[in-house]
Amino acid sequence: MNGNASRGLKVVRSTPFIQLQDGGRFGVRHLGVTQSGALDWISQYWANWLLGNALDAAVVEITLGNLDLLCQQDATLALAGADLGATLDGQPLAPWRSFRVRQGQQLKFAQPRQGARAYLAAPGGFDAPRILGSCASVAREELGGLHGNGAPIAADDPLRWSTEVDTQREVPGKQIPVFAPSPRLALIMGAQLGDFSGQSLFDVFNSPWKIDTRADRMGMRLLGPALHCRRTTMVSEGIPLGAVQVPPDGQPIVLLNDRQTIGGYPRLGALTPCAVARLAQCLPGETVHLRPALQASAQEAQRDLLRQWRDA
Amino acid sequence: MTQRPPVPVLEVAGIDSLILRLFEHIDEDNMPWILAASQRLRAGFGTALIDLVPSYTTLLLHYDLERIDAAQANALIAEAFSDLQPASSEGGRLHHLPTWYDRRVGPELPLLAQRSGLSEAEVIRRHSTHEYQVFALGFAPGFAFMGLVDEALATPRLSTPRKRIAPGSVGIAERQTAVYPVVSPGGWNLLGRCPTKLFDHGIEGYSLMQPGDRVRFEPIDHAEFIRLGGNDSPLEATA
Repeated sequence: MNGNASRGLKVVRSTPFIQLQDGGRFGVRHLGVTQSGALDWISQYWANWLLGNALDAAVVEITLGNLDLLCQQDATLALAGADLGATLDGQPLAPWRSFRVRQGQQLKFAQPRQGARAYLAAPGGFDAPRILGSCASVAREELGGLHGNGAPIAADDPLRWSTEVDTQREVPGKQIPVFAPSPRLALIMGAQLGDFSGQSLFDVFNSPWKIDTRADRMGMRLLGPALHCRRTTMVSEGIPLGAVQVPPDGQPIVLLNDRQTIGGYPRLGALTPCAVARLAQCLPGETVHLRPALQASAQEAQRDLLRQWRDA
Repeated sequence: MTQRPPVPVLEVAGIDSLILRLFEHIDEDNMPWILAASQRLRAGFGTALIDLVPSYTTLLLHYDLERIDAAQANALIAEAFSDLQPASSEGGRLHHLPTWYDRRVGPELPLLAQRSGLSEAEVIRRHSTHEYQVFALGFAPGFAFMGLVDEALATPRLSTPRKRIAPGSVGIAERQTAVYPVVSPGGWNLLGRCPTKLFDHGIEGYSLMQPGDRVRFEPIDHAEFIRLGGNDSPLEATA
C-alpha cells in the first residue's frame, strides 16, 4: 500500500464515451435502476486479471479513443480489449498485457484500429464511491463514476488507486479474444420467437445484420430485412441483458447494459453474455450474424469460460 | 380478488433469466399475487437470485448460473408457488403525494378536460380521489407505473415526446399515471407537479415507491408546493 503517494493519472482530454465501469449494479432492477457495467466484460476481466485484481474491479471503458492521460506516478497498469492506437510517450502500446509507466509519461488513445472499446485497469481497481453497490457510470440516472453522479470521465479528473503491483503479465496467446469480422453471435431463443413469421425466422438466422449508427450503451439497432411479428402490443415486462427486441419497424435492437429495465416490444430472445461482449467491439457499419443457441448448452459454455480465469 | 393462485408459465428469456408469466391482462387484482410470489422467490433463491423484476403480469427472474442451473431454478420456482397465498391488499405502503395541479406545470390539463368532456377541476378531482397501485418501476430509477386511472381520463401519449421534463411532473398515459423522478424526456400528458423526492440513493430502500405500494395524490396550492421544496420553473427549462 502506498495510499498517500498515490497521485494516479490526470485526465488531459476525454469524451462522453469514456467512463468508469465495474461489473454493474445488481439487486436494484426492480426499482428501475439499470444494470450498467463494462460492455465487453471479457476484456474487462482480462485487464483486471493482468493485475491480479478482482475480475469486476473498476476500470476505464474507453470507447472509440480520444483520451489523453498524464502519469503522475510510477505504476503498473494493464490494457485489454480494442486496439485504439494506444501510445506511451509516443511508443505503441499493445493491449492484452500489463505495462510499467513512469511519472510524467503521457498515455494516449487515438482511434479504433481493431474493436471499439479498450479497458484500462489499475492496481486494485480505480478508486470511486460505490453507489447502490457499484461505481458503474450511468449519466441519465446520475449514478456512479468518479464523482458518484454518473458523469463520464472528463478533463482534469483524477484517476487514482490504492495498491501497488510489481509483476508483469500477458494474456496467454490462445486466450486472447479475436475480433474477426462478421462475428456469429449466439442468440438464446426466447418464448416469443414463435410469434414471428416463418420468413422472419429464416431471415433472423440467415441474413447479415448491419450495425446502425444508433448504437450506444443502451442498445444497438441492427439493419436488415424487416421482421414481422404476429403480436403487436405486449404488456411491459422485465428485460434481460442482450434481449433482442423488435419494434414495429421490424429492425431488431439488441438491449445492452444500460437498457431500460422493462419494455413492451416482442423479443426474439437474448444474446449470450459472450455475444454481448463481442458485439460491444463492433462499430457502426460492421455486419454480424445471429446463430440460434439453447439455454442449457450456453450455460455450460459460460461456466467453462468463467473457469478459465480461475485456472489461468 | 382473484381467488385461485396463478400457475406461472415459465419462458426462457436469456442465458440466466426466465419470465414467469402469471396473468394475461393488466388488473389491479394481479398485484397481491405478484407481491406474494416475489417474497417467496426472494426467500427461496436466497443468494442465487441476482434480480427479480415485477411488472404488470410477469416477473423477470435473473439467477446466478454459477450457483444453480436451469433445473434447480425451475424447482425453486415450483416450490415458491406451492400453496401460495395472495399478499394482503393492505400490503405495501400507502403514499400521499402532494401535487400542485396547474396549467403552468400541467400543460395537458386543457387537453384532458377537452377529451373527457369534463371541467379541469373535475379532471383534477378524479385524478386525486382514486387510490392507485404501483404496478412496476422502470423507465428511470424510481419511476413508478401506477393505475388504473379513471377511464374518462385515459389519454394516449403525446405523438411527439418532450425532450426535457421537469422532475416531479405528474402525467397520464392511457390508464396509467406516474411522477417523473428526474429530468428526462417523456411523452406523458402532464397535469401537475409533485415536490416529493422520489429517488435518492441516500435513503433506505432508495426509492420512495416500491411495486405493490398504493398512492394517493393530494391537491395543494402554489404556496404549499413551494413550501414543500417544489421547483416551479417552466417545463423544459429546469437545469
